Amino acid sequence: MVGDREAKMKSIKLTTGTKTILLGIFTAALFIVPFIIKDTYILHVIISCFIYSCLALSLNLIIGLTGQFSLGHVTFYGMGAYITALLMMKASMSFWLTILISAAGVGIFGYLLALPALNLRGDYLAVVTLGFGEVFRLFLVNAIDITRGPMGIPGIPSPKIGSFVINTKQEYYFLALIILIAVVIFVRRLIISGFGLSMLCVKEDDVAASAIGIYPRKYKLWAFVIGAVIAGIMGSFYAVYMSFISPSSFQYGESITMVSMVILGGMGSIAGPILGACILTVLPEALRSFSEYRMIIYGAALVIMMIFKPNGIWGLDKRVRNIYMLQAGRGVKNGKSASGIQCDNSLRRADSGR
Amino acid sequence: MTIRFGGLTAVDSVSLEQNRGEILSLIGPNGAGKTTFFNLLTGVYQPNEGSIVFSGRNITKMKAYERTNFGIARTFQNIRLFKSMTVLENILVAHKDCNQETLLSAVLFPGRIVKRRKAVIEKCLELLDVVGLADMKEELATSLPYGKQRLLEIARGLATDPQLLLLDEPGAGMNNLEKEELTRVVHHITKKMERDVLIIEHDMKFVMNISDRIIVLDHGMKIAEGLPHEIQNDKKVIQAYLGSGTFKDDDE
Repeated sequence: MVGDREAKMKSIKLTTGTKTILLGIFTAALFIVPFIIKDTYILHVIISCFIYSCLALSLNLIIGLTGQFSLGHVTFYGMGAYITALLMMKASMSFWLTILISAAGVGIFGYLLALPALNLRGDYLAVVTLGFGEVFRLFLVNAIDITRGPMGIPGIPSPKIGSFVINTKQEYYFLALIILIAVVIFVRRLIISGFGLSMLCVKEDDVAASAIGIYPRKYKLWAFVIGAVIAGIMGSFYAVYMSFISPSSFQYGESITMVSMVILGGMGSIAGPILGACILTVLPEALRSFSEYRMIIYGAALVIMMIFKPNGIWGLDKRVRNIYMLQAGRGVKNGKSASGIQCDNSLRRADSGR
Repeated sequence: MTIRFGGLTAVDSVSLEQNRGEILSLIGPNGAGKTTFFNLLTGVYQPNEGSIVFSGRNITKMKAYERTNFGIARTFQNIRLFKSMTVLENILVAHKDCNQETLLSAVLFPGRIVKRRKAVIEKCLELLDVVGLADMKEELATSLPYGKQRLLEIARGLATDPQLLLLDEPGAGMNNLEKEELTRVVHHITKKMERDVLIIEHDMKFVMNISDRIIVLDHGMKIAEGLPHEIQNDKKVIQAYLGSGTFKDDDE
């Protein structure tokens, strides 16, 4: 019995340790990639993967952590892109300032949208958010004085750091990678915190959540706001990266793709949405030569997934047990409890693995 | 307190008082209005008439989560644990220091709250000890046997640090051994932790054993109140449960 426990602990220690190392190596490798791969097309695909990973991670907070089926994520994305584009073109602001403005603006907008929408649940919420995305797109198309309508906004300037202009694919690659890493760190800290656990409670059962003193509405609102802010930032990046934006980039199909990424990859985790985003970005590119059959393959893949792995590739079922304990840091003190059960060995072991 | 659903008066001017450190039981045949009364206390329904005063404050208008933060915790008749979480996490999320963590400290300054997080884990492990589940803290909540899930739900209620703990049919689906364990836990809560417990229960033997005082509801009205042995011999109660004796009653 004791031996068993010991063995189990060792395996935990090993996996957390090796995981950290592998993750470190992988991240380092990502930084070397643009020095090896010079092909701009491949770099573009990878950058798209990064953008969609961030979008899927932010949508994951809304769908995967608080369980609100939002189909309007592209609204926040597009809004961020247009805010940055317009401010840079018309007010010739610096890109970094416009990122802050679009994050704040889109966050406030997300809050205002969620305020009434949160009275709805499930399908109804999905329809409202979907509808809102369309309203936003129609606004872009018709407010020709501001947005130039369907012609879009070309010639968005490149971001500068001092006198250094971020211009080539390689440079954008690094910018996108840094944003992705920041988003991953942010989401990870959120997920393993008490805040994140509360969000998960709200998703699983908001009646039970209320019964333990969690106000479900608060967490649902926050999920919307945080999701919107991250999507807005990605929109800003997209605007300068493409240097051209038009309403056709922000159609509802995009929202649906993002939702598919989260569901295919796995809701509620970090690896899941990233995996989903990469697969659904690379797959259409890889299948470009059979473009007639693309949607068939794509559809079949989703159906097969739903049947055999309804939780997604890396979903909540792969959640690290008691992740909050890891977060609490090293050497949780040996608190001998009333009946003296040896409950703290595992704590320390799991921690020393970090 | 009174509540009506359309023409049906589910709970009709029932009033009760609970003393500190007391185990009070609410019993009655099916459909007597026990659970409705319970829902009034926990804020699921608003009473049409009457008020709830707790610790000297009128809480009638408070929402469910506010009542919890004010010191009233509950369990559910049909167990509602968080399925994707472990035993320990189910308790952690109920603790104020965990679920009131702010976004800012969680994301920007996780270093500053490490101490508090450790303390919360310690406290929650102690609670797990009370219900005897400490060595199962890594299991998923839903992988526990039924009786243990009920105990876990009680521990989760306790983690909110309540003055009053409401248990909705805690003994349902438990075998005798588990019921003994439950009795021990409830006694621990009232005697050692000095909290009040209000129980809704069907199982007469369990209720008679555990309660300090019993209130009997039937058709939404209070028909009796008193010590367990008084209730056992109360004519009205026997009638409510067994019928008037002239016809067969399939109700219970």
